[in-house]
Amino acid sequence: MIVHFEPPSEEGIASVVRSASAERVALSIVGGGTRTGLGNPVRAARTLSTRRLSGIVTYNPSEMTMSALAGTPLSEIEAALEAKGQMLSFEPMDHRPVFGTSGEPTIGGVFAANVSGPRRYVAGAARDSLLGLRFINGRGEAIKAGGRVMKNVTGLDLVKLLAGSHGTLGILTEVTFKVLPSPPAAATVVVSGLNDAEAAAVMAEAMAQPAEVSGAAHLPESVRGRVIDGALPEGAATVLRLEGLADSVALRAQGLSEAIARFGPVSQLDTAQTKRLWADIRDVKPYADGTTRPLWRVSVAPSAGHQLVAALRLQTGVDAYYDWQGGLVWLRMEADPEAELLRRYVRAVGGGHATLLRAGEDERARIPAFEPQPAAVAQLSERLRASFDPSRIFNPGRLAAIA
Amino acid sequence: MSETIGFLEPRQAVLDRRLEIIADLADLLPEGSLISDERGLKPFETDAFLAYRRIPLAVALPETTEQVAAVLKYCSRYGIPVVPRGAGTSLSGGAIPQEDAVVVGLSKMSRILDIDLFNRAATVQAGVTNLNISEAAGADGFFYAPDPSSQLACTIGGNIGMNSGGAHCLKYGVTTNNLLGVKMVLFDGTVIELGGKALDAPGYDLVGLVCGSEGQLGIVTEATVRLIAKPEGARPVLFGFDSSEAAGSCVADIIAAGIIPVAIEFMDKPAIEICEAFAQAGYPLDVEALLIVEVEGSEAEMEAMLRSIVEIARRHGVKTIKESQSALEAALIWKGRKSAFGATGRIADYICMDGTVPLSQLSHVLRRTGEIVAGYGLRVANVFHAGDGNMHPLILYDINDPEDAARAEAAGNDILKLCVEAGGCLTGEHGVGIEKRDLMRYQYSQADLDQQMAARAAFDPHWLLNPSKVFPLEGRPAA
Repeated sequence: MIVHFEPPSEEGIASVVRSASAERVALSIVGGGTRTGLGNPVRAARTLSTRRLSGIVTYNPSEMTMSALAGTPLSEIEAALEAKGQMLSFEPMDHRPVFGTSGEPTIGGVFAANVSGPRRYVAGAARDSLLGLRFINGRGEAIKAGGRVMKNVTGLDLVKLLAGSHGTLGILTEVTFKVLPSPPAAATVVVSGLNDAEAAAVMAEAMAQPAEVSGAAHLPESVRGRVIDGALPEGAATVLRLEGLADSVALRAQGLSEAIARFGPVSQLDTAQTKRLWADIRDVKPYADGTTRPLWRVSVAPSAGHQLVAALRLQTGVDAYYDWQGGLVWLRMEADPEAELLRRYVRAVGGGHATLLRAGEDERARIPAFEPQPAAVAQLSERLRASFDPSRIFNPGRLAAIA
Repeated sequence: MSETIGFLEPRQAVLDRRLEIIADLADLLPEGSLISDERGLKPFETDAFLAYRRIPLAVALPETTEQVAAVLKYCSRYGIPVVPRGAGTSLSGGAIPQEDAVVVGLSKMSRILDIDLFNRAATVQAGVTNLNISEAAGADGFFYAPDPSSQLACTIGGNIGMNSGGAHCLKYGVTTNNLLGVKMVLFDGTVIELGGKALDAPGYDLVGLVCGSEGQLGIVTEATVRLIAKPEGARPVLFGFDSSEAAGSCVADIIAAGIIPVAIEFMDKPAIEICEAFAQAGYPLDVEALLIVEVEGSEAEMEAMLRSIVEIARRHGVKTIKESQSALEAALIWKGRKSAFGATGRIADYICMDGTVPLSQLSHVLRRTGEIVAGYGLRVANVFHAGDGNMHPLILYDINDPEDAARAEAAGNDILKLCVEAGGCLTGEHGVGIEKRDLMRYQYSQADLDQQMAARAAFDPHWLLNPSKVFPLEGRPAA
């Protein structure tokens, strides 16, 4: 039987950890539980949720920072920011559609998994917005790292280390992060009918412009109809997002449209359509099909994405779209996950990593979700992990191929 | 200057083997890549934190990652401390050696390996200077964003060691936000590659941990960094105010209005006078405080942004507004600001603080800083990155007067304590080094420090990499 703990305080969490550490009993660490499909399945006799550790601690819009307890629902944070015209610039993906989960994502979960979105290249990942945190380590000690100021190089940057550590180094109890003003206007420039390689060239051209493109994606014809209710024009859609003051967005959209008009027919989406489109791209709507068909999140250099997909297509059934500013290729396989083939091809196009985001239970048990690491890095990671959680009670197995 | 910051006792066993070590290292390196004579070692005795000096045992200047690996493997095997060094521009003493240490200088590894415009990334050796990267990508319309004032000299390896910032970080972030990957050598000589052009590798964010680790986790030999398309145009504008408080609250209001200029720099009267005398940048001399606000984008965007900023500045009683009318004027405005430390050095010795405070505390901390320094009978010039609250009070003193020096150090410590109490931190971009090592307890509890030190030990269990830095000497784990 799995015993579930939901302490209402940091001290409560520390005390559950101390007993688990003394008894050497593994803990599965969860927030809202909407992303438990990330990484490898965890085997633990006890579950520890941060759900009841909830609430915004401080929000000072004029300093562009917020502190919140780890279990605070993301929706509560986004509502508070929206009321002041601000936002999380890293636009975290909502995993519920692809995983078919329900419930409320928490801010702690967002940072623990370093969940980011299509503004990745210009605004950074979640870790780039994270300024400070409190966490409970595997000894049950409350540790503070970072602070609440934008620039801070005082000591080792444990903040970055904990972000994306999937609860294997410590349990986040409070996070302090940077927020940004929401752009009042946005537009998407759409080029239609390009193949994947042509689209990559357009993207490179657009990024070299001073237009400040904040999102760039390519939706092949097979995917194009599955976003914003099929409202994009006929043919594959190469989409480029611009954000800012209304006048400036209009000017830049015009300049960018002219610069890339030679590639194909160009059209534009307004602010409202742009919002919906990029949420669909971020949340992998095209593959949120209620199935467990294998879904890969692949990160390679932007120039290598279409080469990878072309090579794979010769070998297996694969559907794909590109979120370049997120640095990603999303791949849905027709049948088998083809992990070895995919990872071999990723190395062949210059390196990167393929994460198995979704698959059937048997496949998840068999295939490491994360790209295996070189031995020296894996050993270093394991030593690092032991320095935080010496009895190895936090989320054992989650990062299995790594540590 | 009297020395109040201690170094670790040199290891007698290492000192006793000095000649043998030098001979062994010479075998691992090409001709002319090992310095061991007294005159040759002298330039390496300190960095830009001039108050402390130690002659190292030897200086190795490897030309390849393999040579770095060979030197580290040797030093690890024989328990010899190693101090990594870029250009030696650290303001916190990060590169100051010790008598029993081998300095590993990366200055010969200064090649740009790859400029990849398609993927907006540059891969360079660690000894390449910060400015060189922007110059190499400049003709194609790209640049590398973090711009420490020492960018002409400082190396990307040193920038990674300190997680350096600069004036333009308000919009583009500091080194850690612009670093995609590194090749580094662990202390046992193992070479690892972390990150790269593919973003967000799974596993722990070791690139993030290494950035700002002050040479204590390994030696970075190559880096892949993000390149950004240059804006259409950029324009610095000067705003003069009758008081520092007015300038400080103007900054807070600009940010609060949702406007993020690419830079907001602050200077008080003493700093204005010092910089103007040096650079003739056209700074107004009849004001108490000056803001340099830089906006970028198209002509129309800059106009729109400036209109809003001017409106806010008027609400705070701005006295003079001066827009740069040409590229030359813009360059002069930045020259004045970026030479602030050097220009100050012409009139007095100084120590430079680097605390960061929340914006709402800016005016308060500025006022208290003035009072603290005056209380010690000294003068202060303030010149800093106001948009992100990163303050740089320069405490002026006479390095040849030990009492004056002690007072300056005490005033500095009081100011940093103040920054922490105001919700800020000891150092925003210069690093802890040796300078702020003993103040770490102002900011962290012993448990916080223990956790950082445990993570450090996962890389260097015997505390031999840059060992006298960052963590207070007392309370370290037994090696």
